[in-house]
Amino acid sequence: MVEVQHVTKRYGSLTAVDDISFSVERGEILGFLGPNGAGKTTTMRILTGYLPATEGRVRVAGFDLFDQPIEAKRRTGYLPETPPLYPEMTVAEYLQFVARINSVPAGDRQTLIGSAMERTSITDMANRYCGTLSKGYRQRVGLAQAILHNPNVLILDEPTAGLDPRQIIETRRLITELAGDHTIILSTHILPEVSQTCQRVVIINRGRLVAVDTPDNLTARLQGSQTLYLQIDTQGADPIPTLEGVAGVVGVTPADERRGVAAYHVDCGSATDVRRELSRVVVENRWGLLELRPLQMSLEEIFLQLTTEDAAPDTLEASSLTEADNAPVAETEAHADE
Amino acid sequence: MSNILALAQKELRSYFMSPVAYVVLGLFAVLFGVFFVASINLMVQLSMGQFGAGGPQIVNINEFMIRPLLGNTAVVLLFMLPMLTMRSYAEEKRSGTMELLLTSPLSNFQIVMGKFFGAMALYTLMLALTLIHIGVLFWYGEPEWAPLLTGYLGLLLMGGSFISIGLAISSTTKNQIVAGVTTFAILLLFWVINWLGDASGTTTQSVLAYLSVLEHFDDFSKGVIDTTHLTYYGSFIAIGLFLTAKSMDRERWSG
Repeated sequence: MVEVQHVTKRYGSLTAVDDISFSVERGEILGFLGPNGAGKTTTMRILTGYLPATEGRVRVAGFDLFDQPIEAKRRTGYLPETPPLYPEMTVAEYLQFVARINSVPAGDRQTLIGSAMERTSITDMANRYCGTLSKGYRQRVGLAQAILHNPNVLILDEPTAGLDPRQIIETRRLITELAGDHTIILSTHILPEVSQTCQRVVIINRGRLVAVDTPDNLTARLQGSQTLYLQIDTQGADPIPTLEGVAGVVGVTPADERRGVAAYHVDCGSATDVRRELSRVVVENRWGLLELRPLQMSLEEIFLQLTTEDAAPDTLEASSLTEADNAPVAETEAHADE
Repeated sequence: MSNILALAQKELRSYFMSPVAYVVLGLFAVLFGVFFVASINLMVQLSMGQFGAGGPQIVNINEFMIRPLLGNTAVVLLFMLPMLTMRSYAEEKRSGTMELLLTSPLSNFQIVMGKFFGAMALYTLMLALTLIHIGVLFWYGEPEWAPLLTGYLGLLLMGGSFISIGLAISSTTKNQIVAGVTTFAILLLFWVINWLGDASGTTTQSVLAYLSVLEHFDDFSKGVIDTTHLTYYGSFIAIGLFLTAKSMDRERWSG
């Protein structure tokens, strides 16, 4: 549905987006993740045809953005970072205007506007002026504007920014609902959002693609070995020698102590699952098994690892690329592999 | 076409939702009224034969009243129309709505035409206000129709030229004041450019005179429709709109 091939964007000597390629399938939700100033917004602006790429090609719904921009834009809905509202229009008038510039036939306008307002729960705001709306409502009117003409592709730049927790949940639900018949690309720097809504994640840092994968795979891939969290009641005995004797266990370290019961981190090789063997040993020793679970690396940790690891001093000169946020970032493991 | 109409309506609406339309319409009406009264006084004095010999005489109202009045109006427009166009692009860039327009299925040409027609609609309204005064003339006198019609056609074309240049300049900057002042300066330059030619050779003189934007208006107010002048204003508008569309592209590329 969306194909991005070797897209580069330069501003003079500044490279904001550097040779990015990825593609999104129909009905998929792709999360665009990166620190502030990583090039997320620039990439999205290229995908929507607002900015032309310096190099590379973008195809949206089968139309080349450079050769047939009107056709491609007709099939794209876009919520920019700041919702593009006209303060002097009421919400209903604004959506009417958006419908007209998107060439929605006159007969369909009211139905589509009504359903867009309903889906974003702004129906009771229809007669308010856009300029008087709160941040959360502005964001939702922006979203209504993007989904209004039923585009094949939805590009949302931080759709939940400025919303309160309840609205965030509603918006995420809406995005998941829309995914069926729309292809969605959303950018965010809120990590739980990605693991909750996206099927695939693109991590971008300093304008470069760092990783493209499912959240689960990313988690698994970065976890060289597996660590289990084990809490057992040994009634005073030291279980470490016994546990280390279990086949597949590499090492055992005391973790924490809860209500007087000790817990341990059990490191094991990535290939074998030692949980069955471990629980058998625990039971045979007549210890009380309270908890046994794999320790997952959270997306936060992956993200930090991908965007901060192997900070090389020679990449620091590129720091002017990051606009506002000076996240301590540099070359990453995944990119260095390429 | 429906897209262009939607854009033009949006433009007109935003003029009326901000003070711009009211200030421009109001001030223009006041200034036109002052010029109108002044021209009437002048004509009355003329017809009384106060200048030179001969006592009371019949004075052609078109020649001695309407023509100078429209000429003065043209100068007022030179000052006022930059105020209509200075915010056209600046405001959209500042509020981020340019991003909406440029990511919608609209061509640059459509966006430019929408803005042009929006400003033209307000400008036509300004001219329509002056018809009240002209109506007074018809009530008390017998002016000729034809030179009035051509005069207003000339005003429309000239105003269109001012607007198209104003749009082109507005599209290059985010700053309204810069857009307004630059437009005004360039229009002024096109007004006085023939003064440069006075002392130079005949070819230069005629070229500079041809470029002068007010020079071409004179024939319209006399009741003459000359293709030279139609071509001049037509190409002025076309070049202005073309430059605007191109400048929108340039803005995107330089980002």
